[in-house]
Amino acid sequence: MAGQTDMELIKDGVRLDGRKPDELREVKITAGVLDNADGSCYLEWGNNKIYAGVFGPMECHPRHKQKADRAIVQARYTMAPFSVNDRKRPGIDRRSTEISYIVSQAFEKVVMVEEFPKASIRVDMQVVEAHAGTRCAAMTAASVALADAGIPMRDMIPACASGKVNDIVVLDLNKEEDNYGQADLPLAIIPSTGEVVLLQLDGHLTPDQFEEAMDLATSGCMDLYKIMRDALDKSYGGKK
Amino acid sequence: MSSDSVSNLMKGHMESLAAEGKRADGRGVLEFRNVKIETGMINTAEGSSMVHLGKTKVLCGIKLLIGTPYGDSPGSGTMTTSTELAPLADQSFDPGPPREASIELARVVDRGIRESRMIDFDALCIEHGERVWMVYIDLHILDNGGNLFDCCTLAAAAALSNAKIPNVQHGIAEEDVDLPVTCWPISCTFGKLGDTVILDPTSDEEAVMSARLTVAHDEDGNLRAAQKGMNGAFTDAEVREAVKIARKSDNVLREALKGI
Repeated sequence: MAGQTDMELIKDGVRLDGRKPDELREVKITAGVLDNADGSCYLEWGNNKIYAGVFGPMECHPRHKQKADRAIVQARYTMAPFSVNDRKRPGIDRRSTEISYIVSQAFEKVVMVEEFPKASIRVDMQVVEAHAGTRCAAMTAASVALADAGIPMRDMIPACASGKVNDIVVLDLNKEEDNYGQADLPLAIIPSTGEVVLLQLDGHLTPDQFEEAMDLATSGCMDLYKIMRDALDKSYGGKK
Repeated sequence: MSSDSVSNLMKGHMESLAAEGKRADGRGVLEFRNVKIETGMINTAEGSSMVHLGKTKVLCGIKLLIGTPYGDSPGSGTMTTSTELAPLADQSFDPGPPREASIELARVVDRGIRESRMIDFDALCIEHGERVWMVYIDLHILDNGGNLFDCCTLAAAAALSNAKIPNVQHGIAEEDVDLPVTCWPISCTFGKLGDTVILDPTSDEEAVMSARLTVAHDEDGNLRAAQKGMNGAFTDAEVREAVKIARKSDNVLREALKGI
């Protein structure tokens, strides 16, 4: 967050990309796009493009990470070198390590890990084009890939950010808003219970703005949840 | 199928099929799988492509940055190729630094492009000895269905053909121009299955074959690069024959490349 900026990111209730403050970018989800992975998903969220693949449950490597009474979720978030304007060095940096870690923990709440002692469930998220909000987009794609893999879960977890630009609370920050806005709050929830499984915040929010941002991100997650279910319906022909 | 746990039964089955001139997926021994090429899907890249070769999927992105040239070639641009065997492509791909197999793959693709002078490196010079364009070719394997060598070479060629030099963004010139490409090296990879030589091996075939040979030709039919891999061997006659076959077989890939 760059904090206060003179840049006008929202004018008369309309954002730079033409959205209203409470509007998501367009999200398109396709389940089952990869052949080798046990479950997979391709997601476009605005200009973000992400592949997610799931393997498992399978034997946990390295062995010392095994849990006697449950499976572990090994999530891995990576960005392609060509996914951003300046080429990103390939490989895992501190940012992607942190995201992978908190996403793993979020999924361990919803995946029925107790069914698979000593096993590992691998969730790989590849960002191939990034325009802000990739951790939420990657998590959303990963949820659909887990469902596509038939991994028993209590629920899927949609993830969506809200934030603040020019003192207005908005949903789903775009790149300019992410760079020059005043706050960013990525949130992931379990829709059936309303529990929060991932929350981060940086920037500046008043107590009232925080309440508003939580409400907005939650409603964004619920909209997203419908898109995720529709994508699975489309692949598997479930009840509408 | 995990590469280290293929049963002898499967190995025997594939070898006897090949000896009869057949394959598990119904192809002839010297036939490529279906190939499909898409380009320009990544807006943050200067050039991009997605190549489907059977079930193998490779996404290639080209980035061009400005840097200083090497001391021994002050008037030439530079090129770096890297491959990411994304863990989602195959259960056996581990996260972490690139392994030998990944490095071999990147280097074979790199040599095919570099040594054939496919890119006109001299045209990538901005200021002699000071500033040149650095071309980064990043190959992301999304689904490993076998024969990553040919799929990656093709993806790199398609993405390079689609790449623009970002002159405007860097204030070098008034408009973006196509990356200067001089020739089109295309590779064909063979596997040795029992005593039979097959073209375009699948991942199941790669798990049981004993040796691999990659041969790259340009559009005039001249040899540009070759690499033998794995711990088996080819006879002298097999190598000569494979090179001849490659010259004809790469046509289907060339047609696909022309079609984009």
